[in-house]
Amino acid sequence: MTPAATPLPNTAEARRILYLLALIRAFEERVLKLVSDGSIRGTTHPYVGQEAVAVGSCLPLQTEDFIVSTHRGHGHLLAKGGDPNRLMAELFGKATGYGGGKGGTQHMADFAVGHLGSNGITGGGIPIGTGAALSAQMQGSDQVVVIFFGDGAANQGTFHESLNLAAVWRLPAVYVCENNLYAMSTPIRDVCPIDNISDRAAAYGMPGVHVDGMDVLTVASAVRTAIDRARAGRGPSLIECKTYRFLGHSKSDQRLYRHKDEEAAWRERDPIARFRQTMIEHGLASAADLDSVARDALAAVDAAVEFARSSAFPEPQALTEGVFAGTNHA
Amino acid sequence: MRARTMRELTYWQALQEALREEMSRDRRVFLMGEDIGVYGGAFGVTRGLLADFGPERVRCTPISEATIVGTAAGAALTGMRPVVEIMFMDFLTLAMDQLANHAAKFRYMYGPQACVPMVIRTPAGGGRCYGATHSQSLEAWFLHVPGLKVVAPATPADAKSLLIAAIRDDNPVLFVEHKLLYATTGPVPDGDHPVAIGEAAVPREGSDVTLVAYSYHAGIALQAAEELAARGIDAEVIDLRTLVPMDTETILASVRKTGRLVCIEEGTRSGGVGAEIAARVAESAYEYLDAPIRRIATPDVPIPFSPPLEQAALPKADDIVRTVEEMGVR
Repeated sequence: MTPAATPLPNTAEARRILYLLALIRAFEERVLKLVSDGSIRGTTHPYVGQEAVAVGSCLPLQTEDFIVSTHRGHGHLLAKGGDPNRLMAELFGKATGYGGGKGGTQHMADFAVGHLGSNGITGGGIPIGTGAALSAQMQGSDQVVVIFFGDGAANQGTFHESLNLAAVWRLPAVYVCENNLYAMSTPIRDVCPIDNISDRAAAYGMPGVHVDGMDVLTVASAVRTAIDRARAGRGPSLIECKTYRFLGHSKSDQRLYRHKDEEAAWRERDPIARFRQTMIEHGLASAADLDSVARDALAAVDAAVEFARSSAFPEPQALTEGVFAGTNHA
Repeated sequence: MRARTMRELTYWQALQEALREEMSRDRRVFLMGEDIGVYGGAFGVTRGLLADFGPERVRCTPISEATIVGTAAGAALTGMRPVVEIMFMDFLTLAMDQLANHAAKFRYMYGPQACVPMVIRTPAGGGRCYGATHSQSLEAWFLHVPGLKVVAPATPADAKSLLIAAIRDDNPVLFVEHKLLYATTGPVPDGDHPVAIGEAAVPREGSDVTLVAYSYHAGIALQAAEELAARGIDAEVIDLRTLVPMDTETILASVRKTGRLVCIEEGTRSGGVGAEIAARVAESAYEYLDAPIRRIATPDVPIPFSPPLEQAALPKADDIVRTVEEMGVR
């Protein structure tokens, strides 16, 4: 499968794309500060550097289409149309968060925008998304499911089991591997004997492509091709996005396992700078427009922090509530 | 209310009747598992269902337990009501992540938007010389997974009623079927005959000692009670039917009456279901006890193959009789 030629967005679409890229970047950078100053407890897995994968993958999706996210999931939720306020409130552990504060950074969902949940177990979401694709097929709903996972997850058994099952049943699933080159600290070249994870698609009889994950339009184009195929009932695809996380795996990572030169080279390919350049080159925005988008993104993050800070923690009785769904179906 | 017609059915026929009726009643109910089609499942419970409901709703899967359970959870999250068969309870080890980290926790982490109406049916127990990886009774593990219900009926009537209740429940339900029960027979009423998940039965009332058991060993406890009666000891038998949520009140009420408690299970002794029951009784009815609580279980060994060794491992009616006599009734 070769991705179709990348069509340029119109001005409004381009502005929306840039806004989402900038929102994710600003959100994640703010979260890191809030973790450092103790406002947010626990850990966080920043998405900085990988924004083009989430935004590009969600661009061709309808609201009712599903995504399944990972431990590094804030970007996916924002790209699918999630509410930054409720996301930030969840990170603060507040009652107004997506899970009422009970889920935290790796465990939140927004079904209303088609987000079926982030997931703290590497590869854990792959079967869940496969099941959502089975639902879509059985219900004849025309929905497709984009399932995000990392290079590390591609070595889990669930990857093999789920891609095989989805291919056998021709499920409307698009498996998007975000290959950021490191499973925590482990280089992918040390734990995968082939250059491209997308080559594994051949073993499941499905199309597999690898694309530049630092280019939002390239990602969108590849995902659109796979979605069209899925909606047409022709089954799943595997898309590997070559990308890089600019920061550590989580807040405590000193990044001793990789070189500063490598980091600098990938920083040169910053997906946001690149898309801003595309917009200028094609007359989709002026420099002033770009600045106003960046300001809007920062304002949204400011508002989210304010919302989270001013929200209440869950009441003590919430501890034992919601373990089970209450009533039986008639 | 019209009089119910009672028929004599085997346990497996009762299970199949429940599946058939629920699949006919609700389009969202479907089956997934290994060899459940033409083969009818390893113990024949689904034989004939493929012909009647078709491959869309009786879905034979690859040997991929993690993805079978995860796919069911994803389908359940998105509006379906899957019933999974895991061929031997031992194989649930392969699906433990999907069950314990995902299906059981979605409701709590993601809030009221998430509901996971799925059933996992699985044959458990020894006595058929299948050896250590095809004979285990692992239900006690699942008492330690908040968010999961655990059902283990002993009679054909309860098998049908509780399977219907499990399918209609909006939570993940583990449905344990002891292999030695499939061919047993008993009266089963026509149509819906609801038994609430979480209610124990008292198939024999007595005043001298309380025997608490479930699944196959509820019948063994009744046999023991008859032998005890011949020796002048009046045993009360509680068939738990559901392990989570556990009907602690029925156990406590019985112990307050009899003053003696024996917990019987086929799982291994340490950290078993009996240990939990004993703890609850010790916490809430200690002052009513006239003798130390006793547990009868498989010793802490893998189930051996050699037929006499296997028989020596599994709890028998004689073990119960001997234990009760040791407790110094009268």
